[in-house]
Amino acid sequence: MKFGDLISELVEFRGEITLNVSDAEKIAEVCRYAKNDLDFNYLVDISSLDNYGEDPRWTVVYHLRGMTHGHELRLKTDVSEEKSELPSVVTIWNTANWHEREIYDMMGIRFRGHPDLRRILMWEGYPYFPLRKDFPLAGKSSDLPGVAFTQPAPLEGGPFVTVAGGEDAIHREPRVRNPDE
Amino acid sequence: MATVQDIQIPDPAARTAQAAAELQDVQGEKMVLNMGPSHPATHGVLRLVLELDGEVITRADPDVGYLHRGDEKIAENMTYTQFIPYTDRLDYLAPLANNVAYALAVEKLLGIEKQLPPRCQYIRVMCAELARISSHLLGVGAFAMDVGAMTVFLLIFTEREKIYNLAESLSGARFTTSYTRIGGVMRDLPPGWLDQCRKFCDEVIPAIDEVETLLTRNRIWVDRLRDLAVISKTDAIDYGLSGPNLRGSNIDWDLRKKQPYLCYSDLEFDVPIGAVGDCYDRYLVRMEEMRQSVRILQQCIQKIPGGADNKTKEPTCRTEKLYCRRSRT
Repeated sequence: MKFGDLISELVEFRGEITLNVSDAEKIAEVCRYAKNDLDFNYLVDISSLDNYGEDPRWTVVYHLRGMTHGHELRLKTDVSEEKSELPSVVTIWNTANWHEREIYDMMGIRFRGHPDLRRILMWEGYPYFPLRKDFPLAGKSSDLPGVAFTQPAPLEGGPFVTVAGGEDAIHREPRVRNPDE
Repeated sequence: MATVQDIQIPDPAARTAQAAAELQDVQGEKMVLNMGPSHPATHGVLRLVLELDGEVITRADPDVGYLHRGDEKIAENMTYTQFIPYTDRLDYLAPLANNVAYALAVEKLLGIEKQLPPRCQYIRVMCAELARISSHLLGVGAFAMDVGAMTVFLLIFTEREKIYNLAESLSGARFTTSYTRIGGVMRDLPPGWLDQCRKFCDEVIPAIDEVETLLTRNRIWVDRLRDLAVISKTDAIDYGLSGPNLRGSNIDWDLRKKQPYLCYSDLEFDVPIGAVGDCYDRYLVRMEEMRQSVRILQQCIQKIPGGADNKTKEPTCRTEKLYCRRSRT
């Protein structure tokens, strides 16, 4: 491969292949190579992970597919919380436009060079990034007047929340739990 | 009866290029129009900010957040099994297919997808194909209604009602089925279900034929759809289209063939693809896919291990950790 240390060893899990790209700044170059020289012409999805409490905090994951050879490839790259920015791949696959907008909307990671980086699901001016781990399930009130559903959702009756790895069955029992518990 | 093969398309490339060139000629003052968020023809809450030049839309900015329910956030706070009912609501036209897809994903994560009982695989395939028919029927029906052919919409709802009945006797719910479990399904097929399903297969084909009689060769229908919204092969891949929309753009890609899961490799079916990638092609692809789904259903009814009443009376599982619940009837 032409990228040397930039690309990690292959990681294979359940028959799917993942490569780690150590420098997020180079992700667009790697993607362009994957598309032009390796024929991964179809971008299935871009997703993001919040490794809350760890550094670097964000992981951005690219799922690629080659329609001619039928293989799939996953690229992962880490982004630190201070930076929260990496190059956009919209010029490589047009479909990345909305995926990147969604990640920006939900996680607050910015994509440099994106032609139209606006919120896509939440409304313009919404102050939080709701898919971050430190955002409570019930939601937070936002001070935009005149917009519906800005109060935390009342949790009476659900959704019921389980504590993974709780000490016994009683603690693991799904029940209404408030964010501060 | 017109089939996909009979329809001649002389030199599609030149014709679509001409259609695109005609669009370029349009000149005039642009107007911005707000469509939605609850326009009766949008079928789901979507707002479109349209820029119009006469009757031609030159720009559209979709606002898609109205159905955002934060399923990922909800899922974070749950166990894998608890999330199954939420998958019913992801695409409310095909809840059974969502159940199946979600269960398969979790099983792959756990590494148990190879141990799925063969009977369960057939049941799941039948669920997925019923869901496909239900979803395509509504897709075509609503499509025809928007173009002005109201009859089709009423016709297809009779057939969809039968699919709801099948789902009800399968899972107890017509809409929010939650039928799959991690490693299996909620319960075995109820008595007589396969006969009911066979009857449905026999009845849905004439209904599809009738829809085709109403639309496929209909002059108004063809004139309105042909060369409309042509999506080229490269664009379809570049914009990440999937399913029948991708196949409508002349791309032979179906995960059931390319990466077979469940028992799809044991079943015979064809994958229809479009010629040009216009609205008419996408309509034809959907019609043919429904016929293929019926073909798959009929094979499943023939081949399902254990037969109609699962004579072994034992769910076949290879590990002790997996179990299936059966109804007491």
